[in-house]
Amino acid sequence: MLLYLIRRILMLVPILILMSMVAFFLIQLPPGDFVTFRIEQLRMSGIEVSDNEAQRLMVQFGLDKPPMARYVWWVSGIVLRGNWGWSLQWNKSVNEILQERIPMTVVISLLALLFSWVVAIPIGIYSATHQYSPMDYVATFLGFIGVATPGFLLALIAAWLLFSQLGFSALGLHSPEYINAPWSTAKFVDLLKHLWLPLFLVGMGNTASTIRVVRNNLLDELNKQYVITARSKGLSEWKLVWKYPVRMAINPLLSTVSWVLPGLVSGTVLIDIVLSLQTIGPVLLRATLAQDMYLAGSVVLLLSALTVIGALIGDVLLVLVDPRIRFGRLGK
Amino acid sequence: MSVYNDASVSVDSDVAEQIPAAEQDKPSVEERYYYASQRQLIWWRFTRHKAAVVSSVLLIILYLCALFADFVSPYAMHTRFEGQQGAPPTVIRFIRPDGGFQPHVFAMQREMNPATFRWTFTEDTSQVHPIRFFVRGEEYKFLGLFRTSIRLFGVEDAPIFLFGTDRLSRDLFTRTLAGARISLSIGLVGVLLSFVLGVGLGGVSGYFGGLIDDAIQRLIDFLLAIPGLPLWMTLAAALPRDWPTLRMYFAITVILSVLGWCGLARVVRGKILQLREEDYTLAAQGAGASDWRIITRHLLPGFTSHLIVSITFSIPAMILSETALSFIGLGMQPPAVSWGTLLQDAQNLTAVAHEPWLLIPAIFVITTVILFNFVGDGLRDAADPYAR
Repeated sequence: MLLYLIRRILMLVPILILMSMVAFFLIQLPPGDFVTFRIEQLRMSGIEVSDNEAQRLMVQFGLDKPPMARYVWWVSGIVLRGNWGWSLQWNKSVNEILQERIPMTVVISLLALLFSWVVAIPIGIYSATHQYSPMDYVATFLGFIGVATPGFLLALIAAWLLFSQLGFSALGLHSPEYINAPWSTAKFVDLLKHLWLPLFLVGMGNTASTIRVVRNNLLDELNKQYVITARSKGLSEWKLVWKYPVRMAINPLLSTVSWVLPGLVSGTVLIDIVLSLQTIGPVLLRATLAQDMYLAGSVVLLLSALTVIGALIGDVLLVLVDPRIRFGRLGK
Repeated sequence: MSVYNDASVSVDSDVAEQIPAAEQDKPSVEERYYYASQRQLIWWRFTRHKAAVVSSVLLIILYLCALFADFVSPYAMHTRFEGQQGAPPTVIRFIRPDGGFQPHVFAMQREMNPATFRWTFTEDTSQVHPIRFFVRGEEYKFLGLFRTSIRLFGVEDAPIFLFGTDRLSRDLFTRTLAGARISLSIGLVGVLLSFVLGVGLGGVSGYFGGLIDDAIQRLIDFLLAIPGLPLWMTLAAALPRDWPTLRMYFAITVILSVLGWCGLARVVRGKILQLREEDYTLAAQGAGASDWRIITRHLLPGFTSHLIVSITFSIPAMILSETALSFIGLGMQPPAVSWGTLLQDAQNLTAVAHEPWLLIPAIFVITTVILFNFVGDGLRDAADPYAR
């Protein structure tokens, strides 16, 4: 097991190196750079920037060097000094911005995953044990709509409904009066009030597909002979369902973690922009718009890393839970 | 696998069910089932999925509306109406004040609410403005072919805004239809591009195997490991904002296809790997058929239906991605109109609170996506007519 883990982690290294190259390349793509963008902005607001000053800025941010040199400088900074670079737009180190935003991003993704399971598994079990009942049809239909409906558009509509009907502004994670307040019970309750909507929206697609997976798996299990045997021996229906079939039906969910988790990380970006949450999504949008290359590159790289790590976690979980899965070489 | 293998198979009620009731009245349902071509079987199965049939009809109507947007909409998409900023959707009434039946609207009068400093609209019920069909309106070029000014409907002396107006006092109904052109077609064009890439690379990967297969599979693994939206965002940010609409349109399509082909390539490769081992492929190889002939004559027909299904599911994904990019300001740029750019107006919560009709394009996007999913679902059930 340990060997498997070490090998999987070592395999991450080349992927991450490739990703850092892609991220850096992407950020280099736009014509122009941040300093020119910034100078243009200053000029438009009436502040003259001398050529000398412009040159000084270029040198300060390393923009006078060729891209290759800048890439090496950036990556070695991350690996050797833990320094992700300087955000020209926020005038802050990228580390600082990431420290503020990344935890919330991860928390929302993970909670959304948990949320979708907590909602979907009971519904899936109910649907399977009451097949073709009206509630089953309702669940199937809702599941279908949930898979198809885009979260960020629903976020727009939900935010409007909440605002116009209840006067509740779902934007942000805190009400204005709590943003700078220290943590307290009231602030926590306020956070919960704001958190459920993004969790629901981010997790919605996954909730819907989880309902389908659980329902189909459980239906398969319930028709197996051991269930019939157990029933004929007089086991209560409740115990019968929960003892083995449900466990078997839920197991495959773990194998989906490896691609659901990355999907959630990526999926939060848009919803967070719509609901202006304090996560990485809005930061990325503003950074790409302003060509703040170190920040944008770092965010793309980090999101990619989260994706790959999410996949790894999913695979490891599966191996841990299901002893039938052999890790190691694939026989060809 | 195939029903033909088992001569003694009896046609049970399930088989008969696949043939529509009207056709079942004729004799020899059994024979018709066995003589039916694959295409017919797929069609029968598809028509059994009611939601899919209704959805495809609605989608066709939607696409026709987009194609003939100039004719269906009462105004031109950039026309501004003086003094009509943020007007709510016009209410269509059917019974005239004097009792007769005639679809009509009332002119709207705008007043400043002294308490809130917001414009309020009230109906001026003194004069009835009947809705007329095939009226002369602003001139436009019909499908780019000839100039005409005949529009499907219109009202004289008063404006008609089915979906209200936007901040710049333009008719939202007209603009939603105009936006449908870009939003709906980008799905098709984008999928076409992904299709060429996906089938080409997936086919090569599956058929030839070996080193090429490994290389292409690793490339797909890598591309799929990059989170989609951030990749699109950074790529789209690289496009100059002042590009003409058409060039921007194709650039966005290319960007969306960068990841779009991966899924298709997987499907194609998997299917080819499976079909390559079938006896009839080996027979064709033994008979000396060329690779090209085997691929096009023996392998492709074997999974066309599956391809169509995956394409049907990728069109809405494309449409959504374009909407998302344009919505956050990285996709199509005004004055180009797509559902995404229209929704930019709806980003401001207070604006939407006062002018909720700005959200109507979102409903169009959601409906389109759901309709495509229903059609895809029906096609998936129908794709393999011999499967139970």
